[in-house]
Amino acid sequence: MTQDKLFRTFSTTIVWFWLSVFALVPSFLLFMTSLLVHGDSELVRLQFTVDNYLQLFNANYLRVFLRSFLLAGACTVGCLLLAYPFSYLIARSADRYKGILLLLVVIPFWTSSLIRSYAIVAILKTHGILNTFLLWVGIIDTPIQMLYTDTATLIGLIYTLLPLMILPLYASIEKLDTRLIDAACDLGANKIQVLLKILLPLTLPGILSGCVLVFLPAMTIFYIPDLLGGAKTLLIGNIIQSQFLAARNWPMGATISVALTLLMSMMLFIYWRCYKHKKEPMYESY
Amino acid sequence: MNNIIELKGVSKYYHDHPVLQDIDLEVKNREFLTILGPSGCGKTTLLRLISGFETPSSGTILMKGKDVSELPAPLRHVNTVFQSYALFPHMNVFENVAFGLRCQHLPKDEIDHRVREALRMVKLEHLILRKPHQLSGGQQQRIAIARAVVNKPLVLLLDEPLSSLDYRLRKTMQMELKQLQSDLGITFILVTHDQEEALSTADRVVIMNHGLIEQIGTPRAVYEEPENLHVAQFVGEVNIFNAKVLAISPDTIEVEFEGKQFTLKNSKNFSEAEFLYILLRPEDLEVWGVNEVQNPENMYSANVVQVIYKGSTVDLILKLKSGTQILATQFFNEDDEKLDFRLGESVWVCWRSGWEVILANDTR
Amino acid sequence: MNRISRLAYLMAVYLFLYAPIFVLVAYSFNDSSYSMLWQGFTLRWYHSLIENIDLQVVAFHSLLVGVLAATGATSIGTLAAVSLYRYNFFGKKLLHALIFILIISPDIVIGISLLILFSTLKISLGFWSLLLSHITFCIPFVTVTVYSRLAGQDKNLFEAAKDLGATEGTIFRRILIPLLWPAIIAGWLLSFTLSLDDVIISFFVTGPEFDILPLKIFSMVRVGVKPEVNALCSVLFGLTLALVLAYQYCTWKKRS
Repeated sequence: MTQDKLFRTFSTTIVWFWLSVFALVPSFLLFMTSLLVHGDSELVRLQFTVDNYLQLFNANYLRVFLRSFLLAGACTVGCLLLAYPFSYLIARSADRYKGILLLLVVIPFWTSSLIRSYAIVAILKTHGILNTFLLWVGIIDTPIQMLYTDTATLIGLIYTLLPLMILPLYASIEKLDTRLIDAACDLGANKIQVLLKILLPLTLPGILSGCVLVFLPAMTIFYIPDLLGGAKTLLIGNIIQSQFLAARNWPMGATISVALTLLMSMMLFIYWRCYKHKKEPMYESY
Repeated sequence: MNNIIELKGVSKYYHDHPVLQDIDLEVKNREFLTILGPSGCGKTTLLRLISGFETPSSGTILMKGKDVSELPAPLRHVNTVFQSYALFPHMNVFENVAFGLRCQHLPKDEIDHRVREALRMVKLEHLILRKPHQLSGGQQQRIAIARAVVNKPLVLLLDEPLSSLDYRLRKTMQMELKQLQSDLGITFILVTHDQEEALSTADRVVIMNHGLIEQIGTPRAVYEEPENLHVAQFVGEVNIFNAKVLAISPDTIEVEFEGKQFTLKNSKNFSEAEFLYILLRPEDLEVWGVNEVQNPENMYSANVVQVIYKGSTVDLILKLKSGTQILATQFFNEDDEKLDFRLGESVWVCWRSGWEVILANDTR
Repeated sequence: MNRISRLAYLMAVYLFLYAPIFVLVAYSFNDSSYSMLWQGFTLRWYHSLIENIDLQVVAFHSLLVGVLAATGATSIGTLAAVSLYRYNFFGKKLLHALIFILIISPDIVIGISLLILFSTLKISLGFWSLLLSHITFCIPFVTVTVYSRLAGQDKNLFEAAKDLGATEGTIFRRILIPLLWPAIIAGWLLSFTLSLDDVIISFFVTGPEFDILPLKIFSMVRVGVKPEVNALCSVLFGLTLALVLAYQYCTWKKRS
């Protein structure tokens, strides 16, 4: 029996040790850093202040937050509109095709999003495929500037995060009993009524999970605006990155991260309240 | 020492919520004991206390006279057959059955010999290399039993072992379990919510409800002489009447119910009571057509509401004058071939005197 | 929607998902340094990849960290899943929460938190800081994969094993590991891919003397598109594709 206890203690201790040292302590340190002062010669000065948090309300930071929000929001809406019919079609296709159709969605999800964003550059370049194609078809007569615009960033974000929207949507649509749709039609509902009164309410958990999974990373993947948006599009991710590496103002970078985390926790909390009755954890959609 | 297991004042609480309260139970060596009760009555918890998966909040559990209350499961000479069988899906039949013996590090020859013997006992030697998912439900069940008995436990615990089998297979397995128990000569404790299963397998039945033992007795005793209303209702069908006591003497009780007066035997020695319950099993009721009876003095008049044909019997739902509905079971027999009741037909109902059960009515 | 428009919609989305990758792979065979026009087939860029010793060192770094991080994360993540599922211990809820937080935290926040940790502990940025970080961010994915398979098992299995006299060690070795094997492999592959692809966290926690592929690609790409990068990305894409198929095979096998 002591052997049993030993095994149990051994495994829980390892797990506890690792996660406290590399997850709990860093979070705490991040918070502490956000309360310190940026020094001129050293990285941080041990002097507590809440100045950093007050600085967040500086118009520049607020503008970035707002901009990130809008861009992430647009990306989420774009993904949702694109993914919902798509997931529906996959979920309703014949069983023998489902596996392969889904696999084709999963593959890009697994491959490096950096490489995939880089691939987009090749398409959107001034002398890239899309412009060449449009010129050839005759829709435009001079190449248009596509790379290094907000639109390019948006396309890149949607492209990168689309699988994260499709997978939970697919899961919830797949679970839906098709007989409910049949029943609704049988009772005289038209297509729009079926969509609004049956499909959307019943797949709401999937919609919400998808939105959370897309929205949260959309604000922080700094290399996508970096590659596609040029210097003009600044997201929260970019600002944190530059505070840490360029300005070397760690306390301010930490402050923005803490603010970002709080904001996300708030959104997650709302999400939770939205479907508390569902017991399954959100991450099962992975 | 004739008792293999004794529970003395055993209680179990989960977060201050009582699951078992002050249980006293003696399990005799080599008996087939069945614990019967509705779901949530604490019967599975009782089993888990005996197997050692739970420890009692208070009270003691004795096994062969020794206190084992704090002894963990692997150290008790008790094995369990789980409701879901819990066969290890990645091991074949042999490895499953050999698992317990290997944990004891027995020599290879002995393991081989005992596994084969156990499989022979459940008549599945030929499936020795199959994986669990290649077996039928009944076969899985038997492997689960073989896996438990191969360790030669003092007591075999069976937690609703037959509940996922279909009706016919369940019947067969009940008989096989009974046979196996007498072949092995060890104690079986079986938990079930199926009263028919309890009655047909057990030497003694323990009836539980709300964490308490309601009655312990032979199947016949609990069916024919239930000690309280719950036992009567849980074991078989029963019609219950509220009777007003008119007079009571050491030998007889005079009661009135459903508008008629009867003089019944005072077999339980009621001394004074205002009200009593009169219990009548459906098969103890006799139903006669209006023309068949000359003297309906002690009979109730009723209308047939529903006729349920069951093959060897007919169940009738009858409505008495007062509006009370009762259930009566009529057997086909050679004297009376046409048990032909029509809906709405008027009939006379009576019961064989002395077959009624009288219980105290404390609720009023 | 009729059949054709449905099919067209599906195809359009798949095209959106795959066109950039196909273009990338196609260009890696294009015999031109600058032009986007097709100049003929060549293996020139793959040759120069092979000859680029610098790049090979970086690729070796990536693979080394990937294998070690995946192995470490799989071991700890599996222990975490088993402990969370089977045992009650101090701070179990907090541990659950920590794993969940690790999954939903933006990579950038994890990255800078670890950076602050390493600089506080005076651990120099390089191989070790990178490996520790990769193990950390992979653990929750392994835990979730293994846990969900564990949750699909009959809980009585473990009680049955105990009932038959098995110790915790025996249960872990003879019951848990064989049962969870597909999930463990899947977790390893997932971790390996995540480690190989990660940009954001590595960006903060590695030093100049230990470069890895994604960061190398990132710095190359920022300078401008080079056909050599196309070839490198195509190779990496092929590698991840193989891993995805292996992963799918593992999870698919567990169902049948």
